[in-house]
Amino acid sequence: MNLTEKILAAHADKTAVSPGEFINARVDMILVNDVTAPISIREFRRIGVSKVFDPRKIVMVPDHFTPNKDTISAENAKQMREFALEQGTLYFEVGQMCGIEHVLLPEQGLVLPGELIIGADSHTCTYGALGAFSTGMGSTDIAAAMATGDTWLKVPPTIKLVYRGNLGTWVGGKDLILYTIGRIGMDGARYSAMEFVGEAIEALSIEGRFTMANMAVEAGAKAGLFRVDNKTQLYIKSRERHAYNVYESDTDAEYARIIEYDISGMEPQVALPGSPANARPVSEVGDVAINQAVIGSCTNGRLEDLQLAAQILKGKKVHSEVRCLVFPGTQQVYLDALNLGLVEIFIEAGAAVSTPTCGPCAGLHMGILAEGERCISTTNRNFVGRMGSPKSEVYLSSPAVAAASAVVGRIVSPEEVSG
Amino acid sequence: MLKGKVHKYGADVDTDAILPGQYLNLTTMEELTRYCMEDADPEFLKKVRPGDIMMATTNFGCGSSREHAPMAIKGSGISCVIAQNFARIFFRNAINIGLPLLECEEVVAKTESGDTLEIDLSGGTIKNLTKSLTFAVSSYPGFMAELITAGGLIEYTRQRLESRRV
Ligand code: SF4
Repeated sequence: MNLTEKILAAHADKTAVSPGEFINARVDMILVNDVTAPISIREFRRIGVSKVFDPRKIVMVPDHFTPNKDTISAENAKQMREFALEQGTLYFEVGQMCGIEHVLLPEQGLVLPGELIIGADSHTCTYGALGAFSTGMGSTDIAAAMATGDTWLKVPPTIKLVYRGNLGTWVGGKDLILYTIGRIGMDGARYSAMEFVGEAIEALSIEGRFTMANMAVEAGAKAGLFRVDNKTQLYIKSRERHAYNVYESDTDAEYARIIEYDISGMEPQVALPGSPANARPVSEVGDVAINQAVIGSCTNGRLEDLQLAAQILKGKKVHSEVRCLVFPGTQQVYLDALNLGLVEIFIEAGAAVSTPTCGPCAGLHMGILAEGERCISTTNRNFVGRMGSPKSEVYLSSPAVAAASAVVGRIVSPEEVSG
Repeated sequence: MLKGKVHKYGADVDTDAILPGQYLNLTTMEELTRYCMEDADPEFLKKVRPGDIMMATTNFGCGSSREHAPMAIKGSGISCVIAQNFARIFFRNAINIGLPLLECEEVVAKTESGDTLEIDLSGGTIKNLTKSLTFAVSSYPGFMAELITAGGLIEYTRQRLESRRV
């Protein structure tokens, strides 16, 4: 069996499972946020049970419309806060080591290798970076799981993606995943699990793996998984809150498809507006002036991402016609960035540094685009209207490309700025 | 038996296009319906009539996990969505809340916007009344059929927990 099949079999108390099979599987952690919780809570009440199955396995994170942007959002956040208190679930209050859920949960050691995690958010697949099977669902699925502690799943076929060659300077997880989605398309891994392997993946940082797993859903995948190695162990060591199991794909494991890429000489990638699959090398983007650059989110809001951006912005100024917004993923990332002097670099360069929030990523608040405006963003989606007006445009890239573009005022390779 | 006019769309209609992020602080079907398809088809709410059928090619409902999207579609009066295939979270969400979905390449290929369809969900047939064509659709796999028969996931879960207690 492969990694996905082993994790699913273990959680369904089966010795083996195969693609296409429907299983009922126990979950180790359930996630909801301030957007999906109100519906989850309403549906949970309809089931007719008074208590969640296990409050220590449910985590509620106010991150989308927080700090609340209006009274409606405040009411929603309040509902979630009160439910968390009533049920005794895990809960992170704004400001109190909170942050964007998919940066927060791994950082807090709440999601670990070999686990099955579901969340009412499509980017729940992020935790695959740690060798877990994690997947996004809707509010009603989460309501049912909060009551029962399990969920139904169809065992997905797995696509193995092998990355050979060496990562170039300024090339990281974001570039690999944009490149991949650009090749296989937005439905290239529809209903499948993706397993990322190869020497370039081994060389990739944990942060880079989170970025890749995060965007597996942009290829339609149910999950995107990585093998547990020394880097994973090192990341988990000081964080783990409970015991976990490590699974590995057998050498004779079966895959629906194996795709190999040689990424030697690959340039940083940029996805043009409309779809994350519109990826191309930064040198082929053309002359694109920007109004805004967003650095952060659950895709690229980790310390390494901010370090990359700071490396570019140090001693430089954001272009006079560009708004550069930096969103650390969590309070911890923010604090680390402060201690390392990154925040100072951002402010001196003329960038706005915000408290952790989803804010601009999904066009919710803070950094909404007006008609005709263009933004380069380190987030994961550039659908029509994603960040505001349906007549605005979003280009996706790594933090290095976004920071370099903020300085020049149009989309450029980091090389152009770093000299 | 469902019957209505078809509103047809293309590939990769994402949930941001069905229900833009700025409305995600709304939580009732009635409120969400007012913004249904705002970015994908601003004219949609003017055209749609109760019972109408939404159609798309591939990967319908990709993107965010927001259940707000199928809720808005259901609230608009759409009785069924037919596509060549759906994004997986959207598929789960729609089935869970009782919005029927059908995957059928042939009917999508041979139907245009404005055609009238008649759908027999239990019999597994779709008739294009405008073009006098009949198509067979495969039924839901075993487990999903149970879910639909129970009346959605919440009912199904309630029954499951009750039977556990007995
Ligand atoms: S940062 Fe963006 S993609 Fe990530 S959870 Fe928030 S809204 Fe979703």
